[in-house]
Amino acid sequence: MDSRIITVIAAVIGIPIILVGYLLVTERLISILPRKVQPRVRPYFWIFPAVAFATVFMVLPTINTILLSFQDRKSQAFVGLANYQYFFTNPDTLGALKNSVLWLVFFTGGVVIGGLLIAVLFDRVRYESLAKLAVFLPLPISAVAASIIWKFMFEYQPEGAVQTGTLNAIIGVVGVGPIAWLVESATNNPALIFVGIWTSMGFAMVIISSSLKAISTELLEAARLDGASELQVLRTIIVPLLLPTLTVISTTMVITALKVFDIVYVLTAGAYDTDVIASQMFTQLTGAGHYGRASAVGVILLLAVIPLLVINVRRFRREEAMR
Amino acid sequence: MTGLAHEDATVDVTRRSRSDQLSVRIFRTFRRLPVHLTIVVIMAIWLIPTFGLFVNSFRAIEDMSNAGWWTALFPPSDLTLQSYEQVLNTEGVASGFVNSLIITIPATVIQIVIATMAGYAFAWMRFPGRDFFFIVIVLLLVVPIQMTLVPVLRGFAATGLAGSFLAVWLAHVGYGLPFQTYLFRNAMSSLPSEVFESAEVDGANHVQKFWRIGLPMIVPAVAAITIFVFLGIWNDLLVALTYMGSSPNRPLTVVVTQLLTSFGGGWQFLTAAAVLQMALPLAVFLGLQRYFQRGISAGAVKG
Repeated sequence: MDSRIITVIAAVIGIPIILVGYLLVTERLISILPRKVQPRVRPYFWIFPAVAFATVFMVLPTINTILLSFQDRKSQAFVGLANYQYFFTNPDTLGALKNSVLWLVFFTGGVVIGGLLIAVLFDRVRYESLAKLAVFLPLPISAVAASIIWKFMFEYQPEGAVQTGTLNAIIGVVGVGPIAWLVESATNNPALIFVGIWTSMGFAMVIISSSLKAISTELLEAARLDGASELQVLRTIIVPLLLPTLTVISTTMVITALKVFDIVYVLTAGAYDTDVIASQMFTQLTGAGHYGRASAVGVILLLAVIPLLVINVRRFRREEAMR
Repeated sequence: MTGLAHEDATVDVTRRSRSDQLSVRIFRTFRRLPVHLTIVVIMAIWLIPTFGLFVNSFRAIEDMSNAGWWTALFPPSDLTLQSYEQVLNTEGVASGFVNSLIITIPATVIQIVIATMAGYAFAWMRFPGRDFFFIVIVLLLVVPIQMTLVPVLRGFAATGLAGSFLAVWLAHVGYGLPFQTYLFRNAMSSLPSEVFESAEVDGANHVQKFWRIGLPMIVPAVAAITIFVFLGIWNDLLVALTYMGSSPNRPLTVVVTQLLTSFGGGWQFLTAAAVLQMALPLAVFLGLQRYFQRGISAGAVKG
C-alpha cells in the first residue's frame, strides 16, 4: 500500500510538471532558433507527444502484428499462411467467426433500430426525460458489471428447484422453462447479444433523439393530417431525414460489435459455442501462447474494419470541404 | 372517407363543452395506453436488472440461493452488509478499487493534456505534413486495440514493465490519444479565428493563445471528454487483463472478473464487488448528466 501511495503522489505531481515542462522547455529551445524558422518547427513539438504515442502503441504494433501473423508460435520462423489456414479450417475459430457475424448483424441492428424506435416512442410522452434516463443508465456501467447484472437475470436452477434467476422465475409463473439461457445453443448467443444491446442502446437513443428534435413538427403534423399512419411517417419522413445520423451510429456499432470482448469473456468465457473473434484472440494469446495465430486473428479483425476506415476518411474529407 | 371523418372530429373538438373535453381526455389517455404500457415495460427492462443486483448485494448468502432478490422487497427482508464486509476484507476488492483510481487518474490527465496540445496545433498551426498526420489519426480511430496486443505485451515483457502501473498508463494513453486528439482538434477549430488573430496582434504567442484563449473557450468539451476518458479507463477490462492480469496492481474490473471465474457459485462476493465497481461511474453519471448527454451528442464516445 505504501509504495502505491508514493506512486500516486509522484504521478499526480510529476506528470503535470513533466508535461508543462515539456511545453516550456521546447518553447525555450525554439526561441533560440532564428525567427524565420520558429513557426516552421514549433508545430512538430506540439504534436510530437501525440504522434509518438500513436506510433509506438498503434502504428508500429499494427505493422508488427501483420508480420507476426505469418510466423510460428514463438515468432521464430516464417510459416506462410499457416495461421490463416488454421483460422479458416479450425471449428473453434470458424465458430467464433460465425458468432462475430451474428453480433455484427443483430447487435448493430438491435441498437440502431431499437434506439430509433425508442427515441420516436419516448418523444410522444411527457415523461420523456425520465424514460430516457432509464435506458441511458447502463451507459456508465462497465461491461463487466453489466455482465454480472445479467448473470443474475439468466441464473438457472434445475427443474423443480427454486428459480432465483429473474427470467426463469418470470417464465416459471406461466409454466414454461426453466431455461439454461447461457448454456443452450438456441438462447446463449441471443442472450449475450441482448446484454450488448442493453448496454449500448441508450447511446444510440440520445443521438437519434437530438436529431429527431431538429425535424420540424409541422412537417410531421402535416403528414399525419394527410392520413399517413405512424409507420408511414417513420418510414417516409423520419428515417430518410435521420439517415446521416443512423449511418454514423451504425459504423460505431459495427466496430463495437467486432471488438466485443468483455461481455462474452465474463458471462461464458466463450464456452458453449459463444466465442467471438476478440475473445478467440485473447485465448490464443494468453491461453495457448500462440503469437502467430493470435496475430492472424487480429489481422482478420483489421481486414473487417477496412471498409469503415474508408468510410471514415471519406466523411472526414467531406466535412473538411464544408468547413 | 376516413380523411373526412377525421376532419369532422377535429371540428367537433373545438365546439366541445368542458365536461366533454374531460371525456375526450380520458378517451385519449385510454387510447394511448399501449404507448404508455410499452414505455413502462421498456423502462422496467432497463432498470430492474441493475436494481436486482443492488438488492442482492445486501442479502445473506443462504437467502440468495433460497429465494430470488424480489422476495427481499417484502418483510422480512433480512438485509445485511455481510457481502460488503466480506468482499472488502478478503477478496482484494479494496485494493482493486485503489488500483483502479491509480490507473485511471494519471492516464486520463496525460491523455487530455497531450491531446489538447496536439488538437490546438492541428487546428491553428500551419505546417507541412499536417494533413498527412491527421489522416493517420483518423485512420487509427478504427484500428482495433486487438491489432496491437501481441507486440505491446511482448514489448512490456522485454522491458520488465509488464504488470506495472506505468505500462498500463502508457498503453491507455497510446490507445486513447488518436480519438481524443481528433475530438480536441474539432473543438479547437470550431472557435472563431478572429479571437486568435486579435490576440496575435496584441503580441500573444502560441503558448498564450493556447492557454489563455483556446483552452478556456472549450471548457465544456474538455469536461465532457475528460468524463468519458475517465469512465472508459475505469471500466476497461481488456487492456488491464492483458498487461497486468496477475499483477497485484490489477484494477477492480479484473478482480471482479477473476472472482467470478475462481469462485464459480460464489455470488455473495460478486454482487457487492460489482456494485462497488459501478458505484463511481454511476455517481459521476448522475452528478454530471448534463455533460454526459452533451458529450454524446458532440461525438465524445467511441464504440
